[in-house]
Amino acid sequence: MPGTPFSAVTRSKGDSTVIDLTGDIDRNTKDDLEAAYNQAAANGPVILNFTDVDYINSTGIAVIVALLARARADSRPLRACGLSDHYREIFQITRLADFMAIYDDEPAALAVE
Amino acid sequence: MAILQRARRKEEAADREVVRPPSQLGQAIPIPDNDPLLGYLLGVGAPVEVEKVTLDSPALDEMRAAGVHLIVPLVSQGELIGTLNLGRRLSDQPYSTDDRKLLAGLASQVAPAIRVAQLVRQQEAEAKQRERIEQELRVASLIQQTLLPKELPHLAGWEIEAYYQSARAVGGDIYDFIPLQDGRMGLVIGDVTDKGVPAALVMATTRTTLRTMATQTYDPGEVLARANESLVPEIPPAMFVTCFYGVLNPATGDIVYANAGHNLPYVRTSGGVVEMRATGMPLGLMTGMNYEVAHARLNPGETVLLTSDGIVESHDGAGDMFGFPRLIDIVTRYEAGQDLISIILDQLDLFRGEDGEQEDDVTMVTIKRTSSAVESAAAFGEDPDEIASFALDSSPGSEREAMVRVAAIAAGLGVQGERLERLKTAVSEAAMNACEHGNKGNPNLPIEVSVLADSSKILVRIKDHGGGRSIPDPVIPNLEAKLAGEQSPRGWGLFLIEKMVDAMRTSTDDQYHTIELEMSRRED
Repeated sequence: MPGTPFSAVTRSKGDSTVIDLTGDIDRNTKDDLEAAYNQAAANGPVILNFTDVDYINSTGIAVIVALLARARADSRPLRACGLSDHYREIFQITRLADFMAIYDDEPAALAVE
Repeated sequence: MAILQRARRKEEAADREVVRPPSQLGQAIPIPDNDPLLGYLLGVGAPVEVEKVTLDSPALDEMRAAGVHLIVPLVSQGELIGTLNLGRRLSDQPYSTDDRKLLAGLASQVAPAIRVAQLVRQQEAEAKQRERIEQELRVASLIQQTLLPKELPHLAGWEIEAYYQSARAVGGDIYDFIPLQDGRMGLVIGDVTDKGVPAALVMATTRTTLRTMATQTYDPGEVLARANESLVPEIPPAMFVTCFYGVLNPATGDIVYANAGHNLPYVRTSGGVVEMRATGMPLGLMTGMNYEVAHARLNPGETVLLTSDGIVESHDGAGDMFGFPRLIDIVTRYEAGQDLISIILDQLDLFRGEDGEQEDDVTMVTIKRTSSAVESAAAFGEDPDEIASFALDSSPGSEREAMVRVAAIAAGLGVQGERLERLKTAVSEAAMNACEHGNKGNPNLPIEVSVLADSSKILVRIKDHGGGRSIPDPVIPNLEAKLAGEQSPRGWGLFLIEKMVDAMRTSTDDQYHTIELEMSRRED
């Protein structure tokens, strides 16, 4: 059963960069997500917007972990918004939430100083 | 002497024609049915000299012009089956009485022999035609049987029955149950215009199209609209498909539906029979169609009946149609505990009478809500009952299918909301492990998924072919180590499964490896 195809669209919001994610996040997501991160303007925070994501599996978690490692190496804050309650719980269980601040929605993620 | 050719089949009698040797008389001369020469030759029944006949007959004029002198009618059993057309005698003498007697005698011998030959040839052609039709029907029937559901969905708290009987000419009926995410189920019943192989092929296309669209959106109007856009260029202009599509939520009894010109389903409620109305054009006619979306809710004890038009359009010996009122009457009067489909079939047989033939496919689906999911829990004993089991191949995407199918069943068993989401993640991860690790991605090795339940909990077992080897202890994922590059970013599967469900157990024998996931059926 095919899932929903993944896409990642990058847009700038002041100093910040929002990456709108759509579709399933799994191992096939890696290249598109990294390409979107590469397009982000230098230095500012990067916000992953999960509003249109219905499915993340463990291979998708691994992709996000790898991206988080990269952002930390670049000294860039990585934030998440728009997660469903279920995936917010998974981000807490995996402790991703300890390294990646989670906000309800995009305005909240952008409002952080 | 001229030779004769007779029209091959009776329907071609209008083309009675004669053939003359090319050197002397040229091409055959047909005698049209309305030419007086026909009646004249049949009446005389003996050789006729062209010179002596005065008839306003184009065929006769044509024969005269072609040099025909004597026409010898070939008559068998009162039917003119052809003529012998003779030119002038080689000696240029007129035909004598003896000549004519000889020719008349010859004609009387030849005519029946030719007639027999014609009949034999006609029968051979008909037999071939029949064989061709039979072969086509076998193909059409095979296509249809292959595509109709092999088994009915099991939903706790629901009874689903289906009946399909093809007409001899195979009518292109379709029904389908499509498992959707969140435990919902798509219901399809439809009917392709036309019969035989073309109808069966359109039915196959329609089924695939609907299955594809159904996974894209829950909106049944949108499913039909998208299917219509896709089908218009795919199916022949003279054909179309009537189709009802609904999305059932087994947990609540809600059905959201749309209808592309198909017979209305009926709901038998405690207050009588309710039609499930929604307007829309049949699929495949023209693009840009919209489909009204409507909603119904089934309470425990209520039944939906979906039918194809083979029932209401059945005829009795006098040519009267079975019709909707009779059907509604049956649905109104049947009593709880009776089998609605059997009752309709019995009534249909009575109506058609002994010699009645089934003219079109007959398809019926009944969906009965027996009880709410919570009530049905009490029906389970202490040993978990197997609710469903199925096999999937070890290819990418199977984990999603396992997730969706288990979710459909679990939702019907009362696993809802966040707990359903957790179970879905656990099933998806366990199925992915089974495919990738247990079966090492070998697409020829299946994973087997079974769902069991008792009154308090649901068990999901996923079995792969990874038995007979030791399974390494899972490394507990450490996010700091992963972020520092000291551990692979992967390795979350088993960790997640354990956190998602109430309990997780694994077992291994020399052949198989099985993981069992346990989830409570109710909130704590």
